[in-house]
Amino acid sequence: MPQHTFVLNGKQVTVDVEDDVRLLWVLRDILGVRGPKYGCGLGVCQACTSHLNGKAVNLCCIPVSDVASTDEVTTIEGLPATVGKDLHPMQEAWLEMDVPQCGYCQPGQIMAAVAKVLEARAAGHEIGDADFDEIRNICRCGTYVRIREAILSAADKF
Amino acid sequence: MGDQGTDGRSGAPGVGRRTFLGYVLAASTLTVAAQFGESVAAPQRASAAVPESGLPEAGIPSLPEPSEIYDLNDMLTDAALPTANLISIQLGTDGTATLALPRAEVGQGITTSSAMIVAEELDIPLSQVRITLADARPELLFNQLTGGSNTTISTFTPIRVAAAIARGRLLNAAALALAEPIDTLTTALGVVTAASGAKMTYGQLATAAASVSTTAVSVTLKDAKDFTLVGTPQGRIDALDAVTGRKQFAMDLQVEGALPSMVCRPPTINGTVVSVQNQGAVLAMPGITDVAVISTGVAVRGATFGQCIDAVRALQVTWGPGTEDHSSDATVLAELAAAELPLVVPPLPLLTQAVDERFTFHFASNSALEPNCAVADVRSDRAEIWASLKSPIVAQEAIAADLGLPVSAVTVHVVQGGGSFGRKLFFDAAREAAEISKAMGKPVRLMWHRTDDFRQGRSHPMSTSRVRATYSLGEVISYEQRHTSVATDFSHGLGEIITALVAKLPVGDIGFSETIFELTQQTPYNFGVTTQLLSEVDKGFNTGSMRNIYSPNVRCAQELVVDKLAAAMNQDPYAFRRSFLKDQRAIAVLDTVARQGDWGRTMAPGTAQGIALHAEYHGFVAMLVEIDCTAATVDRKIPDAYTGPRVTKAVCAVDVGLAVNPLGLKAQMMGGIMDGIALTLSSSLHLTNGVFQEGSWDNYFYTRQWNVPNDLEIVVMPPTTGQPGGAGEFGVAASMAAVACAYARATGTFPTTFPINHDQPLGFTPLPTVPPIPQSPTDGLSRAY
Repeated sequence: MPQHTFVLNGKQVTVDVEDDVRLLWVLRDILGVRGPKYGCGLGVCQACTSHLNGKAVNLCCIPVSDVASTDEVTTIEGLPATVGKDLHPMQEAWLEMDVPQCGYCQPGQIMAAVAKVLEARAAGHEIGDADFDEIRNICRCGTYVRIREAILSAADKF
Repeated sequence: MGDQGTDGRSGAPGVGRRTFLGYVLAASTLTVAAQFGESVAAPQRASAAVPESGLPEAGIPSLPEPSEIYDLNDMLTDAALPTANLISIQLGTDGTATLALPRAEVGQGITTSSAMIVAEELDIPLSQVRITLADARPELLFNQLTGGSNTTISTFTPIRVAAAIARGRLLNAAALALAEPIDTLTTALGVVTAASGAKMTYGQLATAAASVSTTAVSVTLKDAKDFTLVGTPQGRIDALDAVTGRKQFAMDLQVEGALPSMVCRPPTINGTVVSVQNQGAVLAMPGITDVAVISTGVAVRGATFGQCIDAVRALQVTWGPGTEDHSSDATVLAELAAAELPLVVPPLPLLTQAVDERFTFHFASNSALEPNCAVADVRSDRAEIWASLKSPIVAQEAIAADLGLPVSAVTVHVVQGGGSFGRKLFFDAAREAAEISKAMGKPVRLMWHRTDDFRQGRSHPMSTSRVRATYSLGEVISYEQRHTSVATDFSHGLGEIITALVAKLPVGDIGFSETIFELTQQTPYNFGVTTQLLSEVDKGFNTGSMRNIYSPNVRCAQELVVDKLAAAMNQDPYAFRRSFLKDQRAIAVLDTVARQGDWGRTMAPGTAQGIALHAEYHGFVAMLVEIDCTAATVDRKIPDAYTGPRVTKAVCAVDVGLAVNPLGLKAQMMGGIMDGIALTLSSSLHLTNGVFQEGSWDNYFYTRQWNVPNDLEIVVMPPTTGQPGGAGEFGVAASMAAVACAYARATGTFPTTFPINHDQPLGFTPLPTVPPIPQSPTDGLSRAY
């Protein structure tokens, strides 16, 4: 079976698995990293949103053979990399606004939010309605308004 | 807090507070309990309704007779256990208080509100309360169903009683240990303090306060005016776990040997397997360990879900017909029309005029973001199940019957749920996982594919509502509503299999649904002779309640007719409602949204306000929304999305009697508003020849960020009754109605079909039905941002 090596939450990992198995399943079913959630397997619901080299991706849409040994995959478990803190400012904002309800989509929402803020910053504008319209993550509990408030609150804190 | 009717008080001043009875249980550390409901009389009622001759032989899948798996003697024995019907709290030597809540947490916030109630009555920091979800406890009979927004209504007092007894025992133990008179001791933040300044923590006292025997104890509860935690906004106790990815749902559990499993399902609703052509070839696919035909399709088990998806797609299956292969939206609508009950009000005087409307509410999906899923480990002599279950006792008993095991050999663990919206009232995945585990002889981690969850999962049934209201000389003389619905499956019963079986009986079931309908539908207005009746047709669909059951549709129809009546009688919609409302609490919430939302302000063309009210769960909620139906908004382009009219503002006022956690209540209202927006404007299932066309979240248009109102205000009313009402479902009906009323006023067209986009051309290309599930894309890298 082919071997695949990449960096997962700061540590190099190697797995034996077929090339076409999507990263979501490599992480959840083989490596036991279960923060990223399954919501559709179609790149639609975005519940599995994590970061690849700092950009938001849907793990359900990336064959494991697409990642190289130097590629850095960061899941919600690896997000709080802010020096000296247990939580990322986005997670702190999430707690401050008491965003989660059932919580199932929230790891993906937070990973998307961090990437969206960084994307807006790189483009030289403050995050706003046009950016929110691009956040496709489903929250079936309907926490959307608190999500917006949390993103706005954390946007200048990292 | 309120100064009237608060729990634990009698009506007359000077009379002692009401005394409650609870127990100190025999245990190594302090363990207390309180009676939980009044279910002891229930067994006779339930069993009497099940005929000895067994169940009818209709085409509906029948459960085995109850006596085959759990007879009356089993029940009476269980009911007589010392722990029967008790809700208990255990104090640990680390100072924590643990309550195993016999309910399911699915996002509605009951673990947090229950922890607050414990902390309040016990005088312990909220952070020292642990709430776990109890395994299925058959002796609880009716008392382990999570539904009807009933958790806090039914558990508020029992939890308080148990916690108050614990506090009393701790005080006694401290008095002995400190050699101080008990009336000089006070409790705060998990510490007992004597007048002398001596202190002992609850943790230090937990062993000394324990009892070697089970003893009944009477207790009075804290006066509501002394509450310092109940009624204050608190963040969820599981929020940290949720935001760090540590919160564990069923598919996150590490159960030894439980490999991923999926099912290849039929192309039409309830189709059956005739034969499988390539079982061997699929078994040889990478990662696949097992392939087995089961009652609902062909199950596969493998190293990863991705490989299970590959295997499901590769299976070549000959399918038999389903139960609704010739049904489409139009045929179901015709069935409903034929089954509508007649209106009964006799001819009225000549001057009487009428508003007469008929509304259609299309099939909708109660699919949660966490799809149907369960872990099962079935052995020859026992079984263990892990799933988010709102009726775990029925699940346990049904699974035991399926497996041919005694109920006591089946352990059912209730896991935190990733949303419910009605889905987790049923246990389809748990039952299926048990069947697969038995067939394969191995533990399985079963998950439904999203596409199956929409197409073969349960739906909220299509319904129609005929309404006729008559009016004359400024009064509404009569209000008649005939709600006709595809049958809603209530076979989860009231949490216990015997009532569940009653719901399976054709006659009993009609009574059951009508009972639920009559128990939930209220007309909050003085509209003279009022009748609201339900009739049901067609049991071929897999249905279930969706958040707030009948109310969103029934009340949406009613509130639209109210607007029509107001217009016909030349009155403002708010003023009209206000003048006809029956209850001061209703008027208070309506006034609040009218004031906070600036009702009647001048609105631009194509935009409008809508206002609506709903009464249920011992509470009142009002909604005011503003909608933008201008072309510029409706025609906004977002890829693979439905934009349409946008609710730009929502103002909600809610009175639940006593809001235990106002922050959590606001969260539930917010969610209800998002649901109401979707139900009116965008989300439905389209049925074509036995297939729901929707197969992904880009087909089923639940509210997304681009549909969300930017301006949201939720007002939690001060306590009124002093007793908590329901919250989880409460926000949906008024929201749906207010959005519909606003849409009618903004566009000048009176909507009668919901959602309003249902009859437009499909906004997506339907996924194929063979293979039943789509392959995951491979272009994830190119979509990084």
